[in-house]
Amino acid sequence: MAAFRHSIQEQIPALRRYARALTRDAELADDLVQDTLVRALRSEHLFHGGELRSWLYTILTNLNRNRLRSLARRPTLMAIDDNDAPDAAGPEAGARDIERALDSLVDDQRTALLLVVLEGMSYREVAEVQGVPIGTVMSRLARARAHIKGYLEGQRPVLRRVK
Amino acid sequence: MAAPDSPVTQDELHALVDGELPADRLTAVSAWLATHPDDAALVAQWRGQAEAVRARYGAVADEPVPARFNVDRLAANGTQRPWRSIAAAVALALLAGGVGGWVAHSTSEASANPADVFTSEALGAHQLYIAEMRHPIEVRAHEQHLLPWLSRRVGTTLQAPDLSTFDLKLLGGRLLPGATGPAALMMYEGANGERYTIYCARRTAARAALSYSATNDTAAVRWMDSEFGYAVSGPANRERLLGIAEAVYDQLARPRTDAQQLISKRGS
Repeated sequence: MAAFRHSIQEQIPALRRYARALTRDAELADDLVQDTLVRALRSEHLFHGGELRSWLYTILTNLNRNRLRSLARRPTLMAIDDNDAPDAAGPEAGARDIERALDSLVDDQRTALLLVVLEGMSYREVAEVQGVPIGTVMSRLARARAHIKGYLEGQRPVLRRVK
Repeated sequence: MAAPDSPVTQDELHALVDGELPADRLTAVSAWLATHPDDAALVAQWRGQAEAVRARYGAVADEPVPARFNVDRLAANGTQRPWRSIAAAVALALLAGGVGGWVAHSTSEASANPADVFTSEALGAHQLYIAEMRHPIEVRAHEQHLLPWLSRRVGTTLQAPDLSTFDLKLLGGRLLPGATGPAALMMYEGANGERYTIYCARRTAARAALSYSATNDTAAVRWMDSEFGYAVSGPANRERLLGIAEAVYDQLARPRTDAQQLISKRGS
């Protein structure tokens, strides 16, 4: 039991990173992590060996999906673009761009992309976490990348040209 | 696996970026990129995206872990945790738009196909309650009055199907207002936190066999027997949801009209 808890504790920094990128909101992210931990600790008897890391990521991914499903019923509020993005330069602006680009993705695509590029998971592990075949993971990844490319290349240069 | 000299696919370009490319294709793909500048630019773009994501979020893992994440403490009083933020945020979101949207949704569909209205009510209830952390259900599964109570209010003898072959455990149930009277909602949960619900109410449409419909990432399988309608809702995985719905259908002992054959596919 102590070993199980220790293994869970070790995953917390990475889970927080994943949750932060998934939600782009520090407080929400930590709440998701805490709910994931509580659930995992409560279900210790359900865990029959296997990959603890994948299991924790699966729980967090599902909790986040449940959260988004309930929010999906809200009217969509679009952030009003303050047009200041093109003026800012350097890492600040890049960070904000990637944040907005992630924001504009469909949840399943964002999840697949983050698990691969941020968490360094293999396609097979991501397939396990998302509960889909590897082919689906790859098409989500391809669509996410194409979308981000379009987002980064399409919007900003147009605004820039006005300057 | 691709032969060493076969043309490079998009999947292989992604695999290269993600370190998933089999070693015997590395040379071929590198050579390809040297002569295909568009693909090389694409690969560079994707690598740039990955670097931007890591630059933005990578450092979170280096932050000191807040004291609230001590697993021993969480294990000791995790269940008594004040489930503030998420539950509160969800509740507020629902008050602000969710329930309003749900009601508006139902009424705007009042003239629609009654069977579809039934499905959207079931999906509405599903989405509303699966997001609840602390109060997803009104009466827990182990309380003996759950089924008699729901049965009495809905007006049929309800059983809770055993879905353990799908790794799903009954959490409990609740009573809801349906279009034609009380409706019962039974919620199941798997070890990974995914939730499924069974919605049952007096039927509003003609008898019908199993029908699958999906909205974004949530789906429902609905059918109508002689008196009651049922909808099994969950994540939009068609195979799994149909498997679960058929198990529910079988266990509720309804006359079987070769459900598999009559399943009609509907997406939206």
